[in-house]
Amino acid sequence: MSFQDKLLDSFIAFEQEIDLQSPVHVYRKNALKRFENKGFPTKKDEQWKYTSLKSIIQRDYNLSVNRNPNIELKDIKKYSINDIDSFKIVFVDGVFNPFLSNTTHDGMDICVLSAALSKSKYKKTISKYFNKIVPDDESLASLNTSYTQEGAYIYIPKSVLPEDPVQILHFSTGKNKPLWLQPRNIIIVEENARVEIIERHQSLKSHTGLTNSLTEIYAEKNSFIDYYKIQNDLESSNLIDNTFIDQKRDSNVRVHTFSFGGKLTRNNLNFYHKGENIQSTLKGLTILEGDQHVDHNTLVNHAQPNCESHQDYKGIFSERSVGVFNGKILVDQIAQKTNAFQQNNNILIDNKAKVNSKPQLEIFADDVKCSHGCTIGQLNKEALFYLKSRGIPEKEAIALLTYGFANNVLKSVNIPSLKKRINSLISKKLGVSLGFDL
Amino acid sequence: MLEIDNLHCKIDDKSILKGINLKIKKGEIHAIMGPNGSGKSTLANVISGHEDYQVTKGSIYFDDKEINDLSADERAHEGVFMSFQYPVEIPGVTVTNFIKTAINETRKSKGLDDMSSSEMLKKIREKANLLDMDSNFLSRSLNEGFSGGEKKRNEIFQMAMMEPKLAVLDETDSGLDIDALKIVANGVMKCSNDENAVLVITHYQRLLDYIVPDKVHVIMDGKVVKSGNKDLAKKIEVVGYDWLKKSK
Repeated sequence: MSFQDKLLDSFIAFEQEIDLQSPVHVYRKNALKRFENKGFPTKKDEQWKYTSLKSIIQRDYNLSVNRNPNIELKDIKKYSINDIDSFKIVFVDGVFNPFLSNTTHDGMDICVLSAALSKSKYKKTISKYFNKIVPDDESLASLNTSYTQEGAYIYIPKSVLPEDPVQILHFSTGKNKPLWLQPRNIIIVEENARVEIIERHQSLKSHTGLTNSLTEIYAEKNSFIDYYKIQNDLESSNLIDNTFIDQKRDSNVRVHTFSFGGKLTRNNLNFYHKGENIQSTLKGLTILEGDQHVDHNTLVNHAQPNCESHQDYKGIFSERSVGVFNGKILVDQIAQKTNAFQQNNNILIDNKAKVNSKPQLEIFADDVKCSHGCTIGQLNKEALFYLKSRGIPEKEAIALLTYGFANNVLKSVNIPSLKKRINSLISKKLGVSLGFDL
Repeated sequence: MLEIDNLHCKIDDKSILKGINLKIKKGEIHAIMGPNGSGKSTLANVISGHEDYQVTKGSIYFDDKEINDLSADERAHEGVFMSFQYPVEIPGVTVTNFIKTAINETRKSKGLDDMSSSEMLKKIREKANLLDMDSNFLSRSLNEGFSGGEKKRNEIFQMAMMEPKLAVLDETDSGLDIDALKIVANGVMKCSNDENAVLVITHYQRLLDYIVPDKVHVIMDGKVVKSGNKDLAKKIEVVGYDWLKKSK
């Protein structure tokens, strides 16, 4: 039986465990039908031209989760940021772990989706938002929807400004057969409210599991959301991240994606504008080596006038690693005075590293400012000599140039301890012990 | 301090230096002049350890040690410094960050701990003052958007920070107006003492009014064709290089 058939068959067993009366169940069933019709994407799909899921879906995975993973704080501590106060929503093998988490219902909800689905007081909000921004034609998103059960649920009411960031941490133990995890996160930030979120998916033991995650983000009027994704998983783990963002007028959403590890990582990051004067920022820093593969697939749909979007993706690729950037800017006819900017710069350190960069601009309005640029090059040899002539050894010189190259993405990280953590991840990755003040 | 013995070198199979001999003792200032394409900048790059230049014959001795096989960073650790004719722009790396890394890596090579932040800051301020540099300049990206004068001043600032035994100044005067030239030359002279040496590469005599050389060498076609005192530079300023071609 193919894994796709297993996913379809297992749905009956899944239905035994969940509340069939929930308003989301009809979405699950419809989504499963769509997945059944469409199947997994293949390289024939234009959006998947440079990334193949073939080897991943040929394997078998456990769909039922490990209910009693024996995980303690010491096992996971190093993957979270601990030197600041924060909310934490921790999942281990897909199951919420209340002992490792720090959630709240005090003036806002920072908790889990399973609770929001089962309690009647959340029913109205869930009905209003659930699956409202997820495109029907993306089969991996449909697959996630069909198995919706657990994930982070964040609701920030009107004018609430939490001081502490939220860390969403998904761990996978790899203790039994590789797991297929499908977390579903919903984040709703009401008018004039704000939130900062750090999301991380981490395997604790080398295994070939796969996470197909979906996050729906709703930014209401004049809200601000700062979202950081840290992808630094073990070299055998796979991640498909689907993030869909719905922005109302005057809202500002920024997503930073740091891709430093994992076997295959695919980021589908879509922004939809539903009002005027919106700002969207998409920044990415990818540093890979070995046989790692990261694919950034972005969409910004400018559907209203006077909005801005800013994309800046940088990549540094060593050994045989592969990077893909497929960035689409779609400007609807009514979206006059749009200002859309997109940039993708890559450095190939080794001969066998590869980058496919594909900017796509579809513009139907006539009074807009749209620009895009893409470069693929090598480290500047003269710059390397310049640094070496000042006594900086080759490895450190490469690291310094890499930092300089990445600086534009790093400098907009607004949480100092997160910035420090990312700096140390980069130093470690580049094999140097330099302290950088950026 | 520096002894160059019958140095031949090529780049991309093109011979450029064809037997250079040069001896610089500590405390001395030497100047190298010569027409375009004579090999002046190549000599500076070869001394600094640029990998594109291949030494085919001869030796470079620094403090009696042959340094032909040392990489650029190792030569810098030994005390060789080159002020670049065209300093490279490095976006995203601030002047401060860069100089801190350079100094601490050099200290590391000698088994010393990092310089303390307060000491570093003090030194940076002192040397920036010496070159009349604005403090906001230190937090700018290295050479990015710098004017020609700022770039050269920044080179000498780095020299002052690194305190090398030998400073090779490759056309440090090009692109400088007379005021900037004075500041830069003054910076060099303040760093110059009995324990270090300076090798100035220039087209023009005017720099040598401020950095007064003990010896002047003229390079043509990859060889030193004439050596003398500072009067040689003055003569060249007036009559050019043709007379040297004839006497060759």
